[in-house]
Amino acid sequence: MSESIENARTLHECIAIGVSAGGFRALSAILPKLPQRGRVAVLIVQHTRADAGDFLARHLDGICQAPVKHAEDKEPILPGTVYIAPPGYHMLVEQGKSLSLSVDEPEHFARPSIDALFESASDVYREKLIGIILTGAGTDGSLGLKRVKENGGLTIVQDPKTADMDFLPKSAILAVSVDYILPLDAIGGFLSKMGS
Amino acid sequence: METTTDVERIEIQLLLEAVYRRYGYDFRSYAEASITRRIHRHRNLNGYRSISDIQHVILHDREAFLRLLHDLSISVTEMFRDPPFYCSLRKCVLPKLKELPFIRIWLAGCATGEEVYSVAILFQEEGLLDRVQIYATDINESAIDKARQGIYPLEQIQEYTRNYHKAGGKSAFGEYYTARYGHAAMQAFLKQHILFSHHNLVTDGSFGEMHLIVCRNVLIYFSKELQDRVLHLFCESLIEDGFLCLGSKETLRYSTCSTQFQEWDPHERIYRKRSNAS
Repeated sequence: MSESIENARTLHECIAIGVSAGGFRALSAILPKLPQRGRVAVLIVQHTRADAGDFLARHLDGICQAPVKHAEDKEPILPGTVYIAPPGYHMLVEQGKSLSLSVDEPEHFARPSIDALFESASDVYREKLIGIILTGAGTDGSLGLKRVKENGGLTIVQDPKTADMDFLPKSAILAVSVDYILPLDAIGGFLSKMGS
Repeated sequence: METTTDVERIEIQLLLEAVYRRYGYDFRSYAEASITRRIHRHRNLNGYRSISDIQHVILHDREAFLRLLHDLSISVTEMFRDPPFYCSLRKCVLPKLKELPFIRIWLAGCATGEEVYSVAILFQEEGLLDRVQIYATDINESAIDKARQGIYPLEQIQEYTRNYHKAGGKSAFGEYYTARYGHAAMQAFLKQHILFSHHNLVTDGSFGEMHLIVCRNVLIYFSKELQDRVLHLFCESLIEDGFLCLGSKETLRYSTCSTQFQEWDPHERIYRKRSNAS
């Protein structure tokens, strides 16, 4: 495991994270491990109510070394920055590595949808993408993680035993032959290596 | 290595080219990621084996094209979406428009009309509706028909009512519609001030001298270049000191016409055209 995770440092450009119920705690645990000026961009879909506001982004920005913000439409994706899909919007990756938003129908009852992020990010970053599924309910994200795998990216799922809600990681593990199943603290350790 | 997605990008570009050359609707400058998802959805729902199959069929079958057009251009909307935006419109923009003898508003990309009625209700409550003409336009003809009818499923009205109160609504929301057969029909006095018409932001020109343009969550579907072109169209269509309202995650920052506007409410993305702007 450690060998290819070491390789990830040079190869990968972008990490996409999908998380649902329990996400506040999980993200608060792993994102502060990101270095201040990292070389990968991080894109996050967290399932929330459409009127959730920007509390999560502000909270994470306060406790992380890397800048954390809500994505804005047509924003270029910069290394070392964490972008969170705004509540009520799908967040998609465009060719040319910028972000676009959409208010199309929810997918698997979710907007933002993890599948929408992972599939579009995978089509752009291909083998340079890492997809991570964390704690949560529902099945959103399984198809997206499958696409990451098919396009040669690295797939990681939080060990369901360490998840507040194990349904989302379990669905992903059932749907995809994932590369690593890691406990939450190991994912944080992995992120800390994705630095300089 | 050539992958499926490489082939699919070609197929999608060819399909959009076919739509443009055969029917004149230009989706070629739409943001690729979301148009791709919409095309996939259309393919799956209609049982096409590939995207090239869609192209083959729509070139010869106008009805099939209209179904595709519907799926490519439908937008999801609700009444008083983002209540804080409506609070800001009421508090920061309407007092400026109050000074005018007549107020022209363009709601671009009005879809099925929920936002148009929300704006009309706001002006009614500030005592301005009699001086207002709202031009509500969209590319999608069937959406405009629904907007013109102004009839919405009652089950959605509960959520709209919550939004309305969060947006600072001053009455009972029930005063603005009549409920019948499980539906809510918007009141005629609101419709009197709204003109619904077909307009294509990609290909059609300026819409006249507007005091307020509302175009929320429409430009997110366009490429950066097309966004820029449409923002210039809005700039041309506004009078000096006129207001432009975008969606809460849209910005003028990446546009070449950003210097022609000042931020009026940066958080709600309300801009005001500078008086010396051309």
